[in-house]
Amino acid sequence: MRLAFRNRAQLLHPLLFFGIVTTLFPLALSPEASRLRDVAPGVLWVAALLSSLLAIEFLFRDDAQDGTLEQYALSGQSLTWLLFAKTVSHWLLAGLPLALMSPVAAYGLGVPVGAVPGIVASVALGTVALSLLGAVTAGLTIGIRRGGALLSLLTLPLAVPLLIFGAQATARAIAGTGIAGPMYFLAAFTVLGITLAPLAAAAAVRISLE
Amino acid sequence: MSDFLSMGGYASSVWPSVLLTCAIIAWNVFAARRSFREARAEARRRLAMENAP
Amino acid sequence: MDWTWFHRFGSPPHLYRLAGTLVPWFAWPAAILLAAGLYGGLVLAPPDYQQGDGFRIIYVHAPSAWLSLMAYSTMAVAAALGLIWRMKVAHAVAASCAPIGAWFTVAALVTGMLWGKPMWGTYWAWDPRLTAELVLLFLYLGYMGLRAAIEDPQRADRASAVLAIVGVVNVPIVHYSVEWWNSIHQAPSVMKFGKPSISWPMLSPLLIMFVGFTLLFAALVLVRVRGEILRRERQSRWVAEVVAQ
Repeated sequence: MRLAFRNRAQLLHPLLFFGIVTTLFPLALSPEASRLRDVAPGVLWVAALLSSLLAIEFLFRDDAQDGTLEQYALSGQSLTWLLFAKTVSHWLLAGLPLALMSPVAAYGLGVPVGAVPGIVASVALGTVALSLLGAVTAGLTIGIRRGGALLSLLTLPLAVPLLIFGAQATARAIAGTGIAGPMYFLAAFTVLGITLAPLAAAAAVRISLE
Repeated sequence: MSDFLSMGGYASSVWPSVLLTCAIIAWNVFAARRSFREARAEARRRLAMENAP
Repeated sequence: MDWTWFHRFGSPPHLYRLAGTLVPWFAWPAAILLAAGLYGGLVLAPPDYQQGDGFRIIYVHAPSAWLSLMAYSTMAVAAALGLIWRMKVAHAVAASCAPIGAWFTVAALVTGMLWGKPMWGTYWAWDPRLTAELVLLFLYLGYMGLRAAIEDPQRADRASAVLAIVGVVNVPIVHYSVEWWNSIHQAPSVMKFGKPSISWPMLSPLLIMFVGFTLLFAALVLVRVRGEILRRERQSRWVAEVVAQ
């Protein structure tokens, strides 16, 4: 498993996107603190989802283009484990920074400081599941012309449960009620993803490389 | 008869629903048959091209 | 046990011919049942004590929703048969299910919206069942979009099969969402274990419609699958014999 800091710019794009989107909403809506706080969970999560989509595309693009992906598939080693490793490194490079950036976005949306740990935790967990899901859908769309739009069409419907529970966790964090319930759901999705997604992604990659 | 048409006041919900569903059923019948016809025509065309030269 | 019938079923020329002969056996009963069910539901069934005649939308709404779920389940099973057990015709069946399922998801959503306005006062609510059904529509569109975007037919078959299987988790979510969460949509009164809680004169046209829609689905798939088989069997001699008619 190798962490590849290939292209710094590529990593920065999703984070910048996240920052811009979460800034746009307060500007577009009224800057009234209580209203912003109401919409903050939704804004945060939609922005996180869309930013993650940007990052998911990069998961396979470079490797597919220069042929290393094919070599992995042909080598005797398990493609499933390799993709699991790739997904983990993708999360470390994309999802985790997003989670760490969320306090800044949350501050901009008028979220109380006490909610921040809960928000970071929910975004961190949700983006893990998202990276796992993205590995599958990105694997299916390798090499398709303008596959980015199709990738969004495929990933977003499947990510709806993540959005719902993630936003619920954030809303509860802001309200001060416990976030355990939605977090359990997010955790369940993540566990399900860890067990199944690398397998599905390996199948998808093999199909795409034939 | 007018009782039937007005559906107890719910006419604006019931009739469009029924008509829409019937339209969707009809469209699916038409589209399925067209899909088969086109596939068969394309197969004929391909075979004609292969056998011609 | 003699499995030859199974292998024959899976062979493209056999399925092609079999589907051709079976279509009228499903299509005509479907038409009769649909007509009878509609007449029974719209004319004969007594008005509901709460909703008057408004409840009659159920006779098109519930079967459409049922078909939308049945189509996806069939598609997912066919996808698995094609992908894992490598049954060639399975991919043809899966491809046939998608457009049908998508249309009836639209039917279910729109008739549901038309019913929701008088019943709940709103066309739409972001409740679990409605949202999941909308997600189902997006899954169908994504499936068809993925197929269309991949040029190689075999890769298209197999990639969309993976997608269909991944998305199948949504089907139980749609069905059980009204039991698992607080939902604005009413709880199941027909499709549950034990006796249905609606009266027979209202129930029987509904059951007729369910059977009619199921037969309709089978007929539509049988029609489409023949074209899908032809598209996939390009290099086969049997095709020449069969299309020359």
